[in-house]
Amino acid sequence: MRKIELVQNILEANESIAAQNKRLLDEHGVFAINIMASPGAGKTSLILQTMARLKGKLRIGVIEGDVASTLDAEKVKNEAVGVVQINTRNMPESCSLIASMLDAALKKLPLEDIDLLLIENVGNLICPSEFVLGEHKRVVVSSLPEGDDKPIKYPMIFADADAVVINKADLLPYVDFDIAVFRRAIEGLHSKVKLFELSCKTGAGIENWCAWVLKEVEANAYKSASLNISLEGGGIR
Amino acid sequence: MHEFGVTESILDIALKEAKKAQARKITKISLVVGELTGFMPDCIEFYFDFMSKDTIAEKADLHFESAPAQVRCRSCLTIFHPKDTLWACPKCQSQGIEIVAGRELYIESMEVE
Repeated sequence: MRKIELVQNILEANESIAAQNKRLLDEHGVFAINIMASPGAGKTSLILQTMARLKGKLRIGVIEGDVASTLDAEKVKNEAVGVVQINTRNMPESCSLIASMLDAALKKLPLEDIDLLLIENVGNLICPSEFVLGEHKRVVVSSLPEGDDKPIKYPMIFADADAVVINKADLLPYVDFDIAVFRRAIEGLHSKVKLFELSCKTGAGIENWCAWVLKEVEANAYKSASLNISLEGGGIR
Repeated sequence: MHEFGVTESILDIALKEAKKAQARKITKISLVVGELTGFMPDCIEFYFDFMSKDTIAEKADLHFESAPAQVRCRSCLTIFHPKDTLWACPKCQSQGIEIVAGRELYIESMEVE
């Protein structure tokens, strides 16, 4: 019997594909947001609202992740530059997108014509928190009817979120949801998290969210432009 | 549900390392799984039994060690083990934390023949 000491990260295979995805996105100046939430929180509605508001300002591509169906891809296809529907039903991970699925989807999109890629993950608050895809920002959508205790019950997905969207804010008079309690829990898990209270139904608050998205896309475009110029200057590309 | 891909990775890594070591059989794989990850040892074992059939890792003993969750209070820097319900600091009751440990998922070592 021989012992082999390893300390080998098991998620490394996913992480290295994610890093490749990010390089590909940066080469094409595409800013990618991984949108995660439980089923029904309003991921698709947020994507639709974002596309409507940012029309003419950004060219938007969408990747829809669902266990089954093309319902969401159908909803967004008229407004998007390109849409890819990923069905995870027969894949090794059916509960979350993983980096190799994004890799396959990116090959089907006209990346040179896209400024912003919105990736709708599978509706689930557990599994997507374990897998990076190569995105620039991670966003969680949480809606009022789900209750204000979600960050306490599913801390990991909120701990990694760059932004949290509190959707269905128009339902506040009808549900027991304490926004202050929710905010405290979220900010407790991540000191720099951005919070947006909005309603995809009424459109209230969407402008603040879109302003943040636009600012992040522009900041990244500036970064990748200077990166690409320096690569060209060095004769690498 | 998300243990399938992870188990595939475990088997891939183990088989590759065993080949490098020119081993004929893998008898034990020791894994460390952080308390804050959602990975279930029972589930990994179930998939592993199925996937490792007809490989040199068949019937290998999987040994799981749980790495406890540790968080640090952002106000007073106390490191504590978070309770299930609310991650408030036991010393100053502040609710702001940073995760220090508990997200690990790695193969620590293997035993081969």
